[in-house]
Amino acid sequence: MIANQFLVLAAALFSLGVYGLLVRRNIVLILLSVELMLNAVNINLVAFEAVLNTPQALGQVFAIFVITIAAAEVGVGLAIVLLIFRNRRSANVDELNLMRW
Amino acid sequence: MTFADWIAEPVNWAFLAIGLAVLVCSFRVVTTNNVVHAALYLVGALAGSAGLFLLLSAEFVAWTLVLVYIGAVVVLFLFGIMITRAPTGVDEGLDGDHKVWPALLSLALFVTISWGTIDAFGTDPITTTGDPTVTEILGESLLGRFVIPFEIVGFVLLAALIGGITIARRDLTPVEEEERVSV
Repeated sequence: MIANQFLVLAAALFSLGVYGLLVRRNIVLILLSVELMLNAVNINLVAFEAVLNTPQALGQVFAIFVITIAAAEVGVGLAIVLLIFRNRRSANVDELNLMRW
Repeated sequence: MTFADWIAEPVNWAFLAIGLAVLVCSFRVVTTNNVVHAALYLVGALAGSAGLFLLLSAEFVAWTLVLVYIGAVVVLFLFGIMITRAPTGVDEGLDGDHKVWPALLSLALFVTISWGTIDAFGTDPITTTGDPTVTEILGESLLGRFVIPFEIVGFVLLAALIGGITIARRDLTPVEEEERVSV
């Protein structure tokens, strides 16, 4: 195995996440795309760890931190989505123009 | 290293199969017209990523991914989908009107990143294949050198938990507030 096969796959996942982030209207689907991007970063971190082989497994430690932060982000994000839906009866980002002048 | 050398390693067949599954699932996550299907395809993509972590001999991270993402995050997403009463069937209105520019942008991003990584890492080999990371090292790292980030992450999780509850709970109307006080 070479490092690049994982890095290119992660780049593809990240680009798909960016595409979803830009194209989707539904907030829940946008959050799903963000998860895809975070996951691509995790693959990168673990692949770099496998190449560099650090004595403290640094890449894997940071992958675990990223997973934790992603879980926290989903919790708060969905709470905000819930609140927006309760107030506006809609989960589409293009209908949330409250702060637009 | 030629492609024939690369494909001769049996572990790369596993990589090709898993990688293809991950790509197809991720593509469906961003293109499907059904919200619930998108969340379920995300499960496929994450399970495939866990398989890739196993190939990279990162067992602990792989099972953490399965537990945290597939076990908790996707369930949260399904809750979110059901609570926001998004149409659970096929819905044509999930995407915006502009698709060409985002597609071009993400393609350009992909080409740029992969060109950069190919340029920088070429054919750097991964040598640890089949040699599992000892979880003891990970634990000593987390509770030794990285103990302060570890505690801070724990605090962030607690803050997210309390914040999520505070944001999502319904404020009582004045009448309900009075009833509550009188009881």
